[in-house]
Amino acid sequence: MRSFKSKSVVFFFFLFSLFSAKSFAQDDLLSLLGDEPQKKEFVKNAFKATRVISAQSMEQVAAGVLDFRILHRFGRVNGGSREAYGLDQATIRLGLDYGISNRVMVGIGRSSNKKEIDVYAKYRMIWQGKGKGSIPFSLIFISGVVKDGLEWSNPERNNYYTSRLAFYQQAILGRKFSDVFSLQLMPTLVHRNIVKTTDDLHDIYSLGVGGRIKLTRRLALTAEYFYNLPDQLSATNTNPLSIGIDIETGGHVFQLHFTNALGMNERSLITDTNGSWEKGDIHFGFNISRVFTLSKPKSFKNK
Amino acid sequence: MKKYLVVLSILFAVSIHANAQDRYFTRNGKVTFLSDTPMEKIDAVNTQATSVIDASSGNFEFSVLMKAFEFEKALMMEHFHENYVESDKYPKSVFKGTIENISSVDFNKDGVYPVKFKGTLLLHGVTKDLNGQGVFTVKAGKITGSSNFAIQLSDYKIEIPSLVKEKVSNDVKITVDAIYAKFQK
Repeated sequence: MRSFKSKSVVFFFFLFSLFSAKSFAQDDLLSLLGDEPQKKEFVKNAFKATRVISAQSMEQVAAGVLDFRILHRFGRVNGGSREAYGLDQATIRLGLDYGISNRVMVGIGRSSNKKEIDVYAKYRMIWQGKGKGSIPFSLIFISGVVKDGLEWSNPERNNYYTSRLAFYQQAILGRKFSDVFSLQLMPTLVHRNIVKTTDDLHDIYSLGVGGRIKLTRRLALTAEYFYNLPDQLSATNTNPLSIGIDIETGGHVFQLHFTNALGMNERSLITDTNGSWEKGDIHFGFNISRVFTLSKPKSFKNK
Repeated sequence: MKKYLVVLSILFAVSIHANAQDRYFTRNGKVTFLSDTPMEKIDAVNTQATSVIDASSGNFEFSVLMKAFEFEKALMMEHFHENYVESDKYPKSVFKGTIENISSVDFNKDGVYPVKFKGTLLLHGVTKDLNGQGVFTVKAGKITGSSNFAIQLSDYKIEIPSLVKEKVSNDVKITVDAIYAKFQK
């Protein structure tokens, strides 16, 4: 009896060892390789486009990519039915942006408003990252010049080319808090070489804020606002506020928005806005873009 | 009784030992995929796939980090991660399966060994059965495993918006090439 019992114990033990051997073999084979080293990774797509709406976002075009971008604003919706609620008028900025590297982007644009040409460079000094030892925000610097192309208002006086120029410096401090929410601050300085009256200031300081809330994979709510520090611009000037949606259609991002600003470069956006949201001086507008890959990444160069 | 136990545990230990000796692995397997339509060709390469094969049982696993896929166009890559595979939510794709005719493969002898495998593929948070064929080539101690098969994106709840239906194929061809080394611990 006793021997039978011990035999059954042995048998049971044998079965158990078989079973455990089998379960061992079925264990996660990949775990044998140990934990993969945690790689530092840059956070991308805080915004769908390089523009929040009219202002620059914390995104840049990738290296070797050329982005043809059309910014378009209609007239004021309070123009009434005679003006087809603003649809009769159009203000446009045609622009080309190019990524020299993943951190440096340059751009040129032509605005129909004041026949301005603007040229800028955008540099991402700090890139928000994920993983050990990475920095939790992005810091981007933009420096640009805007040239006004209108006829001289006083052709009889001695006019200088430099009088047409305005310069702007902008820092973007931004963070993608989650897949859903991104926020950025944009302290900006606009310097105008010439101003209308002696009372006007040459240097205008402004603090912008821009954000995005992603509603679905293809739809996002965006907004941007510039707070011009008080007593800098004339009383008719207002702070630009724009609210819009980004629609991703697979190949393109359509940005549709309502704004009180017609300006599509930093100078005109910050110092020329005089529409009032309360009075209905609101423009409907859209941005569309088409990208061209001019230079392929290394691993595809030989194809 | 004690003798039995001793013998058994020795056998058991030996069998584990033998098991461990029969494993092969890679950390830089190459996985490519191709979506080919008359309108647009989208191909991507990943050279950081990890895999382990247990030659005694035929079990093997493959793990692919989605973020490691490289594309020709930056916008394709952005859409791939943001809209299709949602790499932040589903960072990895894992295949777990068995080589059905592993007994016909001799990793220690030069030769070309066609194999059949079956298992499950986890992609975009969806696990689906996947069967296919591949080849092991052993040459001068170097073991290369390769396979190509096709998957349907709709099986993995990867939805193609109607606007780009002509540009993105629902049938995606996948090729795998991996050079395995003996696993030693």
